[in-house]
Amino acid sequence: MNAAIIVFPGTNRERDMALALTRVTGRKPAMVFHRETALPAGTDLVVLPGGFSHGDYLRCGAMAALSPIMAAVREFAMGGGHVLGVCNGFQILCEAGLLPGVLLRNAGLRFLSMDCVLRVERAGTAFTSHWQKGATFRAPMAHGDGNYFADEATLDRLEGEGLVAFRYADANRNGAARDIAGILSPNLRVLGLMPHPEDLVDPLMGGVDGLPLFTSMAEALVGV
Amino acid sequence: MKVRVTVMPKTGVLDPQGKAISHALGELGFSGVGEVLTGKVIELDLAETDPEAARSAAEAMARRLLANTVIEAFRVELV
Repeated sequence: MNAAIIVFPGTNRERDMALALTRVTGRKPAMVFHRETALPAGTDLVVLPGGFSHGDYLRCGAMAALSPIMAAVREFAMGGGHVLGVCNGFQILCEAGLLPGVLLRNAGLRFLSMDCVLRVERAGTAFTSHWQKGATFRAPMAHGDGNYFADEATLDRLEGEGLVAFRYADANRNGAARDIAGILSPNLRVLGLMPHPEDLVDPLMGGVDGLPLFTSMAEALVGV
Repeated sequence: MKVRVTVMPKTGVLDPQGKAISHALGELGFSGVGEVLTGKVIELDLAETDPEAARSAAEAMARRLLANTVIEAFRVELV
């Protein structure tokens, strides 16, 4: 699996993501700066990592969504490519229109930095095949704007089509609509989620709860 | 030509900052404050001199970047 991690000014979780991807695939992902206009040839997976792209100015992810590289990411996604957005990456995917809805300021206004428990709502995708539906796992989260919002019709559609990937299972701390922590595109190839599975992929990190995301992707995208 | 774009949360969208301000005003003894809404004011200095062209340019900018119409409504004024 050849992964490309997009780096915006203010991105700060790209190394954690690279570590997790390298651990499961044995291959170092390419780091692609936001001013680039093309993805490396043979890219199987694009990752938008966490951070504070462009200082979160205007709205989280709004500036990054208009970066030159995003035209290539959009084209990649439209062509059936797999895209993972974590935290700020999820916000960017929403602002870019690759996923519906938006991440609002946390309902309690506080930046939340703690572990949460996620429940897998949609198994059997390239991102979730190594979990059973209903499985729960621990994931660190660190965000000020993780309050998922979409209109009722969109939320009903996401639920009806099985596009809710993960929900908060222990507590809804950020106010997210219907406890949603992560969603999928209709073709199941774009995933955005707020918590950071990449930060629990090694016993040295305190656990391997996040590893199934990476082993699922590595298995699904091998030789693609 | 100066144009002012006001971006406000749509009805039904949670505005936790507005709620916090409302609460703080109450704590300070200001009574009778109902709902408080927070938004953004963005002033643009445009080279355009035709008012209607300036307005429609600012509206295009608001739709593309300044506002996220999933959660926000905007208003454009010439100033």
